Amino acid sequence: MIGELFVTVGVLILLFLGWQLWWNDAILAGQQSAAAGESSSEWTADAVRPTDAPEPTVDEGGIEDFGEPVVSTAEHANGDAFAVMYVPRFGEGSQRTVAQGVGLDVLNSNRLGVGHYPDTAMPGAVGNFAIAAHRSAYGGGMHEIEQLQLGDAIYIQTPDGWYTYRFRDFEYVTPTTVEVLAPVPHRPELQPVDRIITLTTCNPLYSTAERIAAYGVLESWRPAWAGPPAEIAADVANWGT
Amino acid sequence: MYAALWHVLPGPIWVKIILLLVLVAVVVWALFTWVFPWVDGIVNPIDVTVEE
Repeated sequence: MIGELFVTVGVLILLFLGWQLWWNDAILAGQQSAAAGESSSEWTADAVRPTDAPEPTVDEGGIEDFGEPVVSTAEHANGDAFAVMYVPRFGEGSQRTVAQGVGLDVLNSNRLGVGHYPDTAMPGAVGNFAIAAHRSAYGGGMHEIEQLQLGDAIYIQTPDGWYTYRFRDFEYVTPTTVEVLAPVPHRPELQPVDRIITLTTCNPLYSTAERIAAYGVLESWRPAWAGPPAEIAADVANWGT
Repeated sequence: MYAALWHVLPGPIWVKIILLLVLVAVVVWALFTWVFPWVDGIVNPIDVTVEE
């Protein structure tokens, strides 16, 4: 009798872990991906080209230069969705909504999933645009983070436009190493000159013992009316359908 | 307690097996739909951020 009870409790715990890490994870991933695709399509559809918008110049790398990136100065309350993150290396359907705040209300949400550390820079700004998401469970917005390779694109879309960051390097830190969020990581006393992005999530996979930080640098910016960067235009067009 | 359940189930052995499978499916469905989402809000928040 006692033995049966113990076995039952064990099976229930394993079932719960299966639910949390795979079943609920897969359901949330689909819902978060769909919600992000909807926001993205709306922002693209709402974009209007200003009559005085200058033609972009094209640099030697073939990248269109639209000048200084627009940096939003809007104040966002906790939970406000203001961007979409898309990392092609994370796979098809990996787009996620970025919302203000890194509480569980954002990270465990079935329509958000990526949280912005409120005191860090906004997309495109000089300084550090720092975000967090789950590695496993709850839609795992950064599940494949360790697969990033030097130069991989990290796209951030806002109603203003598209910010293309290029992945540079990883860092493995303890959960209390808030210095990775500084405008110049680990050097809070310095004035930033670079426009960087920092992705943080837990490490190793299926553990919360450490944190992994992935750093990227802003490469280019496109206003919303110019549409998504050409290399992801086909992916983005599929999101709205 | 599972021996008692087995005796309560009617019919020949293959009917008992089918009934048991149906029971398990219903229990798992109830767990996934109501119990686990409720438990999830109470225990073991998975922390992924860096904070002091």
